[in-house]
Amino acid sequence: MCGQCGCDTTETLKHEHEHEHHHHHRHNHRLVDIQQSVLHKNHTLAQGNRQEFTQRNLLVLNILSSPGSGKTTFIEKTLKTTEQQFNYGVIVGDLATDNDAQRLRSTKAPVIQITTGDICHLEASMIKNASDELGLDGLDILIIENVGNLVCPAAYDLGEDIRVVLLSTTEGEDKPLKYPTMFKGADVVIINKIDLAEVLEWQEDLARENIQKIAPNALILAVSARKDTGMSAWYDYLAKARQAKTQTGYSLV
Amino acid sequence: MHEISLMEETLTIILETAQKENAVKIHRLNMRIGAVSGVVPEALQFAFDVTTQGTIAADAQLNIELVPTLCHCTECNRKFAPIDIIYQCECGSLNNKIIQGKEIEIVSLEIS
Repeated sequence: MCGQCGCDTTETLKHEHEHEHHHHHRHNHRLVDIQQSVLHKNHTLAQGNRQEFTQRNLLVLNILSSPGSGKTTFIEKTLKTTEQQFNYGVIVGDLATDNDAQRLRSTKAPVIQITTGDICHLEASMIKNASDELGLDGLDILIIENVGNLVCPAAYDLGEDIRVVLLSTTEGEDKPLKYPTMFKGADVVIINKIDLAEVLEWQEDLARENIQKIAPNALILAVSARKDTGMSAWYDYLAKARQAKTQTGYSLV
Repeated sequence: MHEISLMEETLTIILETAQKENAVKIHRLNMRIGAVSGVVPEALQFAFDVTTQGTIAADAQLNIELVPTLCHCTECNRKFAPIDIIYQCECGSLNNKIIQGKEIEIVSLEIS
């Protein structure tokens, strides 16, 4: 065996190497074309999810943010306020605990917890399994609370209609510029914890400007989920998105 | 650090290919990684070194071709390479589609 590249020395074909060989032996290296996206499998499964969701007229939201932006509170408030209007199902992704799922179980909606362990994002296959476990019959809106992380989940299509990215006032106005890939994929950006803006000297204009630079077509809503400020605009959007989905099979986006 | 997950998926694909080709060793893996794919090449290299241990790709080289971002302006119909993270076309528009730069691709495999 060649000590530099590990190739078998018993073969009978010479070829060029990028490294220097200080010995003579024969190689039989060959190049095999693959030309495949690493995310191909996820993409296929996500399309399968999307097809199933569309057949059921089910509106699906993928909710993303850094840890502690208020995703769970935002979802909890949405469920409690509008659960007379819509039948919700919830899938929650967390690294370790089921704390968020426990909190959401105070609502009427069935909740499935995916504990991802070391995996820092949700994938389409996990959503497929969780959907089967949840049972999608009779649901109008499925909310997926992704793992708190502004980087990794951006790469994985889950089959959702709408990507909602939360940005809380405690995080700083420049987050959209620091994590452009996540914000570029956003259909809706929710500025949360707006009730803390004054004490944090949060500049809403600057934050909006940064979001618009990165995601010019995203809808931006400023809310405080905890204090119930500005949430009615979100509920209006949700009702419209759900209506669009049932009428056309496509979401607003 | 989803590079580990991506590399595990990559490894599944390349080991399957190697098996089909009756290969005994993988020497080099060629990949294309887009500038806005969300993948950090150094993290992918680290994941490659870790996940290939104990496999026929253990001593292989990972070769990453970086793919620059390219946008298509929906206002003036031009293709342009953005100069920063704010994808503004020369015509001033911010409305565009990313047509290149999201790639996370396995290109080819050198085996014996």
